[in-house]
Amino acid sequence: MFAIEVENLTKEFDGFVAVDNISFSIGKGEIFGLLGPNGAGKTTTMSMLSTTLKPTSGKAYVNGFDILKNEDDVRKSIGIVFQDQSLDEELTAYENMDFHGRLYRVPKEERQKKIAELLKLVELEDKKDNLVKTYSGGMRRRLEIARGLLHEPDVLFLDEPTLGLDPQTRNHLWDYIEKLNGEKGITLILTTHYMDEADKLCNRVAIIDRGKIIASDTPEKLKDSIGGDVITIHSPQKNDLYEIIKDQTWVKHLDLHDSSLTISLQNAGQHVAEIVNLSSEKGISIDDISIHKPTLEDVFLHYTGRTIREEEANTKDRMRMMQRVRR
Amino acid sequence: MDIVYTIWLRNVKRYLRSRSRIVGSLGMPLFFLLVLGFGLNSVVTLPGMEHGYTGFIIPGIISMSVLFTSVFSGIQIIWDKQFGFLKETLVAPVSRLEIMLGQTIGGATASVIQGLIILVLSLLIGLNITSIPGFLIAIVFMVLIGLSFTAFGIAIASRMEDMHGFQLIINFVVFPIFGLSGALFPIDSLPSWLRSLTLLDPLTYGVEGIRYGLLGSSQVNPLLSFVVLTGFTVFMVVFGAYLFRKISI
Ligand SMILES: Nc1ncnc2c1ncn2[C@@H]1O[C@H](COP(=O)(O)OP(=O)(O)OP(=O)(O)O)[C@@H](O)[C@H]1O
Ligand SMILES: [Mg+2]
Repeated sequence: MFAIEVENLTKEFDGFVAVDNISFSIGKGEIFGLLGPNGAGKTTTMSMLSTTLKPTSGKAYVNGFDILKNEDDVRKSIGIVFQDQSLDEELTAYENMDFHGRLYRVPKEERQKKIAELLKLVELEDKKDNLVKTYSGGMRRRLEIARGLLHEPDVLFLDEPTLGLDPQTRNHLWDYIEKLNGEKGITLILTTHYMDEADKLCNRVAIIDRGKIIASDTPEKLKDSIGGDVITIHSPQKNDLYEIIKDQTWVKHLDLHDSSLTISLQNAGQHVAEIVNLSSEKGISIDDISIHKPTLEDVFLHYTGRTIREEEANTKDRMRMMQRVRR
Repeated sequence: MDIVYTIWLRNVKRYLRSRSRIVGSLGMPLFFLLVLGFGLNSVVTLPGMEHGYTGFIIPGIISMSVLFTSVFSGIQIIWDKQFGFLKETLVAPVSRLEIMLGQTIGGATASVIQGLIILVLSLLIGLNITSIPGFLIAIVFMVLIGLSFTAFGIAIASRMEDMHGFQLIINFVVFPIFGLSGALFPIDSLPSWLRSLTLLDPLTYGVEGIRYGLLGSSQVNPLLSFVVLTGFTVFMVVFGAYLFRKISI
């Protein structure tokens, strides 16, 4: 049985299609990633699956429960860590946990035991009686994750779990997420726009852009699908370069971007010299040329023609981070 | 009931922790009590003021304190919305009615405590509580004002996106409710058109009920006050719950 099944799910906001007819399924015990730039529809998808937003059309089942007909059963069986903070700052960490446990009707003794256990797990037990407003961004995030686990959900939703955290804390959280999945067999569905995060954590990834799922597979297969290697070239005459390279037989895929040109191909090392020769024959200068194994970034580029970072130049992200810190 | 209690507990904890709010919202009622009470005590004598003007307005000032605290407590849901905490509550497998009731009772608790503080301070400036049943009657009316106006605040908050409209509500809704309630003047001495207007104000029945409890006399029959205010409370809670059910996050 699947932990999550989604069939033709769509959400429109006043005619604007935020989630466009998506379908996917997630097996029990999987770590599944929704990867996409700002505004792709990740949070909207999560909100629909966690029953806080009604879909415009389509169906979805979480732990076998229909998100439209069995809202309460869905809610009982999931935990969710929202993209934006959702703690009560005027309460202590312990009180936030306790409030959650009571809302989910966890019996008193079990509640106390689990809270102690979880706070220890996220290394907050010595600060448990401090008000949350004195916590750092990373501590808050860990507390939110601990809270999401208190009622032992079968599926945990993590919306941008590491947004705005420093690399050390991110690594720490990743380890922790893997441990949860490994030891408790919890199914995890997480959204991110960090490629490395999706690559490291997820068994399977769906790349979502402008409301549509444009590719879905294991990170390895996605990367393999675009060919063995990627060459990136920076050149002032990239358009001319594009013209001469596009007819080469060894090119699997060629993309032109704002500042660069990327070529997907097998055995890049053999062809670099050829590219350099061709371009010097035609008098095209090259600023920089590099070879690397494809990343999910290249996969995104391959399917959308844009890099996810071009999208991200957006200030929304930075604003959110600042908000997080200020709060 | 567990859920209602949980929400109530959180509200009361937050209230008790916000010392500055507790002290701050005593400011205006005390100002009215002292300035109007002592300022006008020797000048104003009207029918229905056997206890002097100060004694007369004490129930009004207590109502004021309960009114403002409760509307404010209800509207605080907007903060929960902005700070994200409301999502945590709404995504849990509990009904919105339970959440709304917990908030309402929590706000009423805070506002009754606030009213009781004014009551205690009034004892220092000469109020005498002569009958325990009277005191209890006053409490009952405070509770009703607290419940109805917290629900009123929740109803407003359910329709508001952010705190921008807050001043508007305070100036154009809450102050008129207070001003028209007969908290500061005896309604029997008013011109009849104005008197009818005060009788449309639900707070009038609260003020008169508390006045009956504390001073032993009032200008509106206490039983009528009780019935009207109870009816208003039931209506507001139902209305607030209805709007809260449709709140979007
Ligand atoms: N309540 C709403 N009303 C109108 N439009 C909305 C609403 N919620 C989301 N949208 C729009 O739907 C689109 C998808 O938003 P969503 O929050 O799902 O994106 P996301 O993938 O989570 O992005 P991010 O990485 O920034 O969190 C965006 O264009 C957004 O503006
Ligand atoms: Mg999002």
